[in-house]
Amino acid sequence: MSDVHSTSSGFGRVLVAIYAVFALAATARSVFQLATKADEAPLAYALSALAGVVYVVATWALATGRSRLATATILFELVGVVAVGVLTTLDTADFPEATVWSGFGQGYGYVPLVLPLVGLWWVRRTASGNGAGKG
Amino acid sequence: MNEAVAWGVAAVAVAVAAFAAWHMVRDARFSNPLFYAVGVLELLIAATLVGGSIALGRTDRDVDGVLFISYLVTNLIIPPLAVVWGVAERSRWGTGVVVVAMLTVAVLMARLHGIWEGTVV
Repeated sequence: MSDVHSTSSGFGRVLVAIYAVFALAATARSVFQLATKADEAPLAYALSALAGVVYVVATWALATGRSRLATATILFELVGVVAVGVLTTLDTADFPEATVWSGFGQGYGYVPLVLPLVGLWWVRRTASGNGAGKG
Repeated sequence: MNEAVAWGVAAVAVAVAAFAAWHMVRDARFSNPLFYAVGVLELLIAATLVGGSIALGRTDRDVDGVLFISYLVTNLIIPPLAVVWGVAERSRWGTGVVVVAMLTVAVLMARLHGIWEGTVV
């Protein structure tokens, strides 16, 4: 941890910005949904809230160079978006309302699906000798 | 939210995004013209917050007021945050942050229009 801000410099600066947007979008949306219509689709809204919190933690981890925490939260996202993507494709009963991960994130231009892959690539890249580029 | 206003501000945001992208591609740092461009957009967004609030008070449409105002306020805080976060990075990626922020503003304007029309919940 000599260079604690490595994941937030260079391209990481942009990555953190994109994560911040999704942290805000997912969290704010779930707060609004839970506050105004929690009984309509509790599972979907709770999942939105969970996704939002994970995005917030991932953003913070990337911004402060906590690469392990970043990896863990990003992996969680990847599993979440794929799992919810498959579930919403097979059966819409439990997810009548859109979440950030529904349909592999199609409501958000599939960014939620691509972002974890980019995030993992970036954390690996910065972990292997600060910009040496070996992944 | 008047359609022309929403799409007009969104178009300006996309234009500023393109200007920032031009900086990014040329590996140029944050410049004064870019700063002023973001400033102009910020003034436009401030105007939408004022105008949108007044319009919300007058309309008899079934607009979700809390959602509408929260989008307007969020829009207002994005450009300053992007500038603060972007200026600190002394490489092309500092302006890359501005590209992301401006495109986000454009998306929010489009959604604001949807909320006004009642097509986005």
